[in-house]
Amino acid sequence: MNSAIIVFPGSNCDRDAQTALREATGKEPLMIWHKEDPLPAGIDLIMVPGGFSYGDYLRCGAIAGNSPIISQLKQHAERGGYVLGVCNGFQILCETGLLPGALIRNAGLNFVCRPETLSVANQDCAFTGNYQAQQQISIPVAHHDGNFVADNNTLAQLEGDNRIAFKYVNNPNGSAHDIAGILSPNKRVLGMMPHPERAICRHEGGTDGQALFQSVLNAI
Amino acid sequence: MTETSSFLAPLLSPQTEASAAEHGINAEEWQRLITRLGRDPNLVELGIYSVMWSEHCSYKSSRRHLSKFPTKNDRIIQGPGENAGVIDIGDGQAAIFKMESHNHPSYIEPYQGAATGVGGILRDVFTMGARPIALVNALRFGDPSHPKTRSLLAGVVAGIGGYGNCVGVPTVAGETEFDAGYNGNILVNAMAVGLADQDKIFYARGATPGNPIFYVGSKTGRDGIHGATMASAEFSEGDEEKRPTVQVGDPFTEKLLIEACLELMATDAIQAIQDMGAAGLTSSSVEMADSGGENGEGIGVEMDLDKVPQRETGMTAYEIMLSESQERMLMVLKPGKVDVAKAIFDKYDLDAEVIGMTTDSGRLVLKQHGATVCDIPVAPLADDAPNYDRPWVAPEKRAPIDIAAHGTLEAASRSLVKLMNCPNMASKRWIWEQYDRHVMGDTIDSSQSQGDAAIVRVHNTQKGLAISSDCNPHYVAADPYEGGKQAVAEAYRNLSAVGAAPIAITDNLNFGNPENPETMGYIVRAIDGMAEACRVLDFPVVSGNVSLYNETDGRAIPPTPVCAGVGLISDLDKTATLAGAKAGDKLVLIGNLKGHLGASLYARECLGLKGEALGAPPPVDLEEERRNSVVIRDLIAQRRVNAVHDISDGGLACAAAEMAMASGLGVEIDAGLGTAELFGEDQAMYLLATSEVPENGRLVGVFGGDAITIDGDAVTLAALRAAHEDWLPNYMNQINCDA
Repeated sequence: MNSAIIVFPGSNCDRDAQTALREATGKEPLMIWHKEDPLPAGIDLIMVPGGFSYGDYLRCGAIAGNSPIISQLKQHAERGGYVLGVCNGFQILCETGLLPGALIRNAGLNFVCRPETLSVANQDCAFTGNYQAQQQISIPVAHHDGNFVADNNTLAQLEGDNRIAFKYVNNPNGSAHDIAGILSPNKRVLGMMPHPERAICRHEGGTDGQALFQSVLNAI
Repeated sequence: MTETSSFLAPLLSPQTEASAAEHGINAEEWQRLITRLGRDPNLVELGIYSVMWSEHCSYKSSRRHLSKFPTKNDRIIQGPGENAGVIDIGDGQAAIFKMESHNHPSYIEPYQGAATGVGGILRDVFTMGARPIALVNALRFGDPSHPKTRSLLAGVVAGIGGYGNCVGVPTVAGETEFDAGYNGNILVNAMAVGLADQDKIFYARGATPGNPIFYVGSKTGRDGIHGATMASAEFSEGDEEKRPTVQVGDPFTEKLLIEACLELMATDAIQAIQDMGAAGLTSSSVEMADSGGENGEGIGVEMDLDKVPQRETGMTAYEIMLSESQERMLMVLKPGKVDVAKAIFDKYDLDAEVIGMTTDSGRLVLKQHGATVCDIPVAPLADDAPNYDRPWVAPEKRAPIDIAAHGTLEAASRSLVKLMNCPNMASKRWIWEQYDRHVMGDTIDSSQSQGDAAIVRVHNTQKGLAISSDCNPHYVAADPYEGGKQAVAEAYRNLSAVGAAPIAITDNLNFGNPENPETMGYIVRAIDGMAEACRVLDFPVVSGNVSLYNETDGRAIPPTPVCAGVGLISDLDKTATLAGAKAGDKLVLIGNLKGHLGASLYARECLGLKGEALGAPPPVDLEEERRNSVVIRDLIAQRRVNAVHDISDGGLACAAAEMAMASGLGVEIDAGLGTAELFGEDQAMYLLATSEVPENGRLVGVFGGDAITIDGDAVTLAALRAAHEDWLPNYMNQINCDA
């Protein structure tokens, strides 16, 4: 599997994503600085990492979501390529329209960093194949704007089409339907607020994130 | 007059003793200044002298006492005098760290004050070539019932989180205390730890004449002018009006600056580098010039201020030199490297300009609009700064407290619940859950474990750094010598308790006005005590900061010399935390239990004692600290313990309760222990959870069940956890609290 990580100014989980992908795939992921053009061919998975792209000025993910490299990310997704957006990466994917809805300030108004229990709501996609259906896993969250909102039709569609990948067991941010992560219609684009790349080895975040990366590796 | 000459005229006009006084330069210092200079300074020059000779930059009241600290051993690569201290952690790697205060700005504008405190300390570390890997903070607030405490706490925590979270460095440990003594002057001390290869460490020293001076980072604005001078004066009512002297931080720019600087440092382009912290362009250029030259003999600097990237129009040379705008760095490049450097900063869309050249004149020469607005010798600014031997008196020794005089004491179980719920002991989860503790993927143990020290992995290795920060101002107030010893000893003990070999400390000495002999007595004796502990424990000081004039309307804060220690864990499979006790494990004490209640949490919270009545603090036997640390580290290395915790505030009972809560298991404490033994704060003591009582150990309880049993009374873990966890969120949300 060939993977790449887009690095925006202000991305700060790019190295963590790099470590996770390297350990899962045994291959060095490409680190793509946002000014690089075009993306190298033959990439299976593009990861949009967490952080504070462009300082989160204007609105989380808004500037990155409209930056030049996004057209290439969209082409990759349209070709059926896999995309994983974590935290700020999820916010960016929502800004690009690759995923519906938006992420607004946490209901409690404070930044929240803690290991959070998730249930695997859709076990039948490239990102979750190595989990059991409804399995409860612990993945750390760290965000100020992780409160997922969408209109009722969109939420109904996400539920009906089985496009909710993960739900919080104890909702930390007020997200509609306890949503922690959602999928695109073809289920090849996943956006999630919790950080699976922080749950891979001996870290305080535990090891439950390993299976996500293993799932992608198996699927591709 | 032309427009230019009328702009320059006030800058060039000779200044008087009266205007020097407005700049915080007293009559004696004025005489010194004009003697050294041989004439009256102009306004730009006076401004430069005033910041360089401020307490904040010159350490003029503390310098002679700081020299008592041991600063060397075979692991120390760089002690005090550079941007941060550097220690050898093996395999050609180094840990670089320092702690610094941002007390006054944080009281005036808590969010930006705390945020820029974090930004400043990060720059001290990455200036030296280190990638920052951990942030730690030590906070002191006023009494919870004081009307400003809640908003100051909320603002400081949001500021620390807002900066650290964005810049992507985990905030892994901290301490927070409340005391009425900080009502008008809170303390915000921030520490950063970074990692570098030993052959890629950068210093402020070493610049040679004839090389370009390169300015990078944010543009210079009018913010923070006279920040260093403000930090060197007492507060008085109405000082909130000084808000414009507080800088505004931009962690996004800092993140870019870190990446760009580390990228440039990977090439061979930088000769010397200094961040622009307090006194901005002035101190960075003067310090590089003063420590420049192949043998440190000093060099000169000539800068064209028209070339400095500026955020506002019409800024004077005075404003440009004194601005404390954040996220700026100054470096001297090697010949022919300007294009390499510019390309890297261009990649990150950061300003980068050559603003001058190093010279062999030994002078600081500044030009603006074609005129020379400053031409003064460098050496007197740095080396000839005043160095006072301030008069001091040692505080009187306090009598020990007499527990028998307090009649019948309440049941120990009630005292335990009360202590675990009191503001200084209660869980600070509400605070640390607002800090990203996990970014960078190497946090093995953070505040989340509520343990003795944080553990951060050295990336891609089996090694780790243990980090902890401590100070008990109640002990220092009661006896600065013993209290100073204790602050160092506790940092040593905290590192030992997780299995780390303690290596060195950084300190942050927070005191009141040094011109007051009583306050100066606390400063001198606390430093004496700390120095003694550093010597006996072979635990030198490698960096630090002194924050004086922490007073409001003539009332000094409690003396607060914070010590933050760093230790090395050579194998992450051999560590311990306070969690991990198993049912049936024995609770074992290492150390000599005497039941010293003077200056203790119990004396304050359960006996209601204050001030003098609190009595003398526990004495610290440094040889015993050393011995017991070795015992503990050996037990951890041999994997003979399931959990370890040091005994500090609240004594054995509180330490056992913390282990029980962290392990999710009850504990029955030996019924033979009296109140003084349960809550006394004797030093050099550790608790273990282990299947067998080791040699030197004393059995004091057994783990099991779901309650903490003490003197025959049981408190369920759930009740104790609620008492421990609920106080702070309830206080912040104004639920069921008196404040």
